[in-house]
Amino acid sequence: MSDHHHGPEKGLMRWVLTTNHKDIGSMYMWFSFAMFLLGGSMAMVIRAELFQPGLQIVEPNFFNQMTTMHGLIMVFGAVMPAFVGLANWMIPMMIGAPDMALPRMNNWSFWILPFAFALMVSTLFMEGGGPNFGWTFYAPLSTDYAPPSTTFFIFAVHMMGVSSIMGAINVIATILNLRAPGMTLMKMPLFVWTWLITAYLLIAVMPVLAGAVTMMLMDIHFGTAFFNAGGGGDPVLFQHVFWFFGHPEVYIMILPAFGIVSAIIPAFSRKPLFGYTSMVYAVASIAFLSFIVWAHHMFTVGIPLVGEIFFMYATMLIAVPTGVKVFNWIATMFRGSLSFETPMLFSVAFVVLFTIGGFSGLMLSIAPADFQYHDTYFVVAHFHYVLVPGAIFAIFAGTYYWLPKWTGHMYDTALSKVHFWMSFIGMNLTFFPMHFVGLAGMPRRIPDYNMQFADFNMISSIGGFMFGVTQLLFLFIVIKCVRGGEKAEAKPWEGAHGLEWMVPSPAPYHTFTTPPDVK
Amino acid sequence: MANENQGAGADEGTYYVPAQSKWPIVATVGLFLTLVGAGMMMNSMSAQTSDATGHYVFFAGSLIMAWMLFGWFGDVIRESRAGLYSAQMDRSFRWGMGWFIFSEVMFFAAFFGTLFFIRFFAVPWLGGEGDKGVSQMLWPGFEAQWPLMTNPDPEAFPGPRELVNPWTLPLINTILLVTSSVTCTKAHHALVADNRSSTKTWLMLTLILGFVFLVVQGYEYYHAYHELGLTLNSGIYGSTFFMLTGFHGAHVTLGAIMLTIMYIRIAKGHFTARNHFGFEAAAWYWHFVDVVWIGLFLFVYIL
Repeated sequence: MSDHHHGPEKGLMRWVLTTNHKDIGSMYMWFSFAMFLLGGSMAMVIRAELFQPGLQIVEPNFFNQMTTMHGLIMVFGAVMPAFVGLANWMIPMMIGAPDMALPRMNNWSFWILPFAFALMVSTLFMEGGGPNFGWTFYAPLSTDYAPPSTTFFIFAVHMMGVSSIMGAINVIATILNLRAPGMTLMKMPLFVWTWLITAYLLIAVMPVLAGAVTMMLMDIHFGTAFFNAGGGGDPVLFQHVFWFFGHPEVYIMILPAFGIVSAIIPAFSRKPLFGYTSMVYAVASIAFLSFIVWAHHMFTVGIPLVGEIFFMYATMLIAVPTGVKVFNWIATMFRGSLSFETPMLFSVAFVVLFTIGGFSGLMLSIAPADFQYHDTYFVVAHFHYVLVPGAIFAIFAGTYYWLPKWTGHMYDTALSKVHFWMSFIGMNLTFFPMHFVGLAGMPRRIPDYNMQFADFNMISSIGGFMFGVTQLLFLFIVIKCVRGGEKAEAKPWEGAHGLEWMVPSPAPYHTFTTPPDVK
Repeated sequence: MANENQGAGADEGTYYVPAQSKWPIVATVGLFLTLVGAGMMMNSMSAQTSDATGHYVFFAGSLIMAWMLFGWFGDVIRESRAGLYSAQMDRSFRWGMGWFIFSEVMFFAAFFGTLFFIRFFAVPWLGGEGDKGVSQMLWPGFEAQWPLMTNPDPEAFPGPRELVNPWTLPLINTILLVTSSVTCTKAHHALVADNRSSTKTWLMLTLILGFVFLVVQGYEYYHAYHELGLTLNSGIYGSTFFMLTGFHGAHVTLGAIMLTIMYIRIAKGHFTARNHFGFEAAAWYWHFVDVVWIGLFLFVYIL
């Protein structure tokens, strides 16, 4: 085995022991999709219960466990691992590196995840049920009033943190150290740039989350009073620590999406990306601002007026770099020679729908107005608009863009367009009415609701089922593409640019064992 | 793992990509069992049942973790000594260690942030400062002070009788750790000068200082629990005190283990005057732990 151009090992142990970034990337992607279906099926339970007013299908406590687990699984199990999978696959190929900088640690980062989620999902079957306090696990719901399984939930979060931090360190070391000669920082594809910045966010905030759950653990088992006012602590402290993690976390879930879309829109507009440099600075500004806006999640908990005002204006400031990005994407398309292959469809939908989510975010950032919106379905509509057609559409777009490179086959383009339109319609049907019921005052995380919200909720549920079922079509398309299909060329999209298109499709097991020269 | 060192050599222009390894999955299983065992132990402790299963699971997990650490680092050391690592690989390790330490900084930042928030916002608000008068309804007699000696609910959280005097044991510990940072740097300089016996002496001195620090810290905890009434249950002061110092103590322990391994490696003749990143990484970590202590001494003990 002295030849390093050899192919993969055989059998199951190939995947367990692998140090290959493509294997690990694929495992991340498949794991993410499995979690997407699991978290999605919990969403189906939620939508089924909310199909009609009244309590009909599940117990309120189980409903709470579903909303909690749905959130946790989608955030930590579906969206984040999908982006790490894409990073694993694409960053080494985009910068002309043979692999990630620390391949064994890369394997460890991945394999922690299935164990962490096995532990977390197993809490549903423990005595007292699983976590039922929402994915934000505010104390004292998650301490004094939590089921005993919370201990295992805490350790599962610790494991995810270990995985994310190691993954992020690996990305940084790879990007800073393994670029091919001539690949200067300002020549890197935007996906690489966005991931570099995302990795910094991860390293800065995942330990803070670990700190938050550690303090929970101490309060639950060791008699401390961090979140207990009776001992001089403060439940609001939990929210500060959590959202110091939580707000950068939402950018962790969207910055790589910006990178994907910034690769696809130029390719199908047959024009270079408009304003590359400003894109890089915009991403960096968004990342910086994400550290000083956390309390906009807490306008109603009773923070001082000066805090409300500071966090309100700091939050509104984020609209500026985000606006730069949206402007640049549109300017890239302007007078371009557009064609609407599936990756482009998802990307254009991303730009339009993510912007809607951005605007509702701007509404929420207005502190006095937030008193009305807080904890209503308006908030649910807002963050689903940035996460579903934002993060998840970008993941679909990236998958459809790079799938020929990964498998060597072209997928069924007609079916993939069906997947797009069904997802697009289903997602809007689900989440758009939530704006209306939210503004009218329907509270989130409650299994029952007032009669006046019935029609919109039924529409939401129908849209939700439609969106959910459609994702099985995606699974079918991907499996079909992996198993065979029309042979894909090295560069199946004639407008695409980048080192990844210079290697054959499917990409050989080892690429760039000697670095390419970048002009 | 038969094909351990397949891949390119250390010549510039090509990369070293390690072969398949069993250590990551072993590490995962070890971590999983350790944490599941710890969770079972804690749940059984809080529920006051005498279920010992958690102990066995925890113990099995810890053993697997220990085996993994020796095996994995052993592989890395062997590869390094076989000359498989290029200057580029060395840089990757440096980035890796540097950002790992940064993540630890942020972990501590969460607890320091907690301390500051409690001290400058939460406790004064509980005492009625500002326009949030809720605490006055719940605990009318409560008076805000720092350190907080009487908690709002003294029955659930009996406050500490006395606090640790910073100018006794903590001052000694500060001197110990700062000195150990100096001796650690001395050891590094000796290693760079290729003076092995001097390296070993300075490193041993560092280890002794670290060890004495931990003993003093342990004694201080004993003293706090048995004579001062300062416990985990004595309200927010005890919570932040033990969280910060305990977390730091765990890091000193880890750093001391790293330096012990480095001592053994140096005694075995590993490292050269130019190539000794393993030692440097452990030294970085040691200095980091030392800097955190300065913060602790200032904000937990003195101010």
